[in-house]
Amino acid sequence: MIAEHYLLFFSIALFSIGVYGVMVRRNLLFMLISIEVMLNAIAVLFVAGSRYHNNSDGQIMYLLILTLAASEVAIGLGLLIQLYRRRHTLDVDQLSKMKG
Amino acid sequence: MITILFFIAAAVALTGALLTVTRRNAVHALLYLVITMLAIALIFFLLGAPFAAALQIIVYAGAVMVLFVFVTMMLHQGQASLKQEAMLFQPERSVGATLLCFILLGELLFLLSPLSGFSDQANLNQQQSIASTLPNTVETIGAKEIGRPLFGPYLLLVEISALMLLSALIGAFHIGRRHQEKSMTGGEDDR
Repeated sequence: MIAEHYLLFFSIALFSIGVYGVMVRRNLLFMLISIEVMLNAIAVLFVAGSRYHNNSDGQIMYLLILTLAASEVAIGLGLLIQLYRRRHTLDVDQLSKMKG
Repeated sequence: MITILFFIAAAVALTGALLTVTRRNAVHALLYLVITMLAIALIFFLLGAPFAAALQIIVYAGAVMVLFVFVTMMLHQGQASLKQEAMLFQPERSVGATLLCFILLGELLFLLSPLSGFSDQANLNQQQSIASTLPNTVETIGAKEIGRPLFGPYLLLVEISALMLLSALIGAFHIGRRHQEKSMTGGEDDR
């Protein structure tokens, strides 16, 4: 059985990598990918919690995170396609010139 | 022994994630992201959550990755993308991804091999054989234990997530429409 602090450290490391990606990259596609990494880190934490509390609630939350990730990717990629069509770039800093 | 396997899978996942957020090329990053997802699926297996692991592979490494790859392919069109594709298809560029994949494959083969101690009924029912032969074993939480509360106390959450999926479908369709450009550049009334 895997000790729980290993999983905690793993999840924190994965989440930090995702946060780093969102902070550093200015490409919208890479920011979405980094968000996926962060969601995966949380999913690992939930499944680990389900394992150590020995019930299935954590895995149900994992299912809901999966649903959320699928919806988020669909909407985010739609926005990315629109951004590319209008500005012909994926740089999110271009969006600061948006008049709205 | 499960801890060692976990360490290898975690190292693969972290390496893949780190390479994902630092690659310049989107397709390379997606390749490393798929490896990260597969390593996380292996961690789910080691945690005794086979249903979550299967979903991780099917939904994340399958469906979500297909969406990403389609969009990446859509964004790069024309002669420049052909040149880029010729540049992309160089086997030596995929050596990192191949190496990480082979580490995962080696772990899987080790789990199925006689060395790991639970290969006797491995093909028949892997979870049960893991549970019965390993001393410091993991008891699995299968699809039945997950499915039962989904129709009981979590019924409202299931319906809300169904609504969320539907609204995401409609929203993605509406946002991704092509003829919206004209109405946006012309007049703002068609929003």
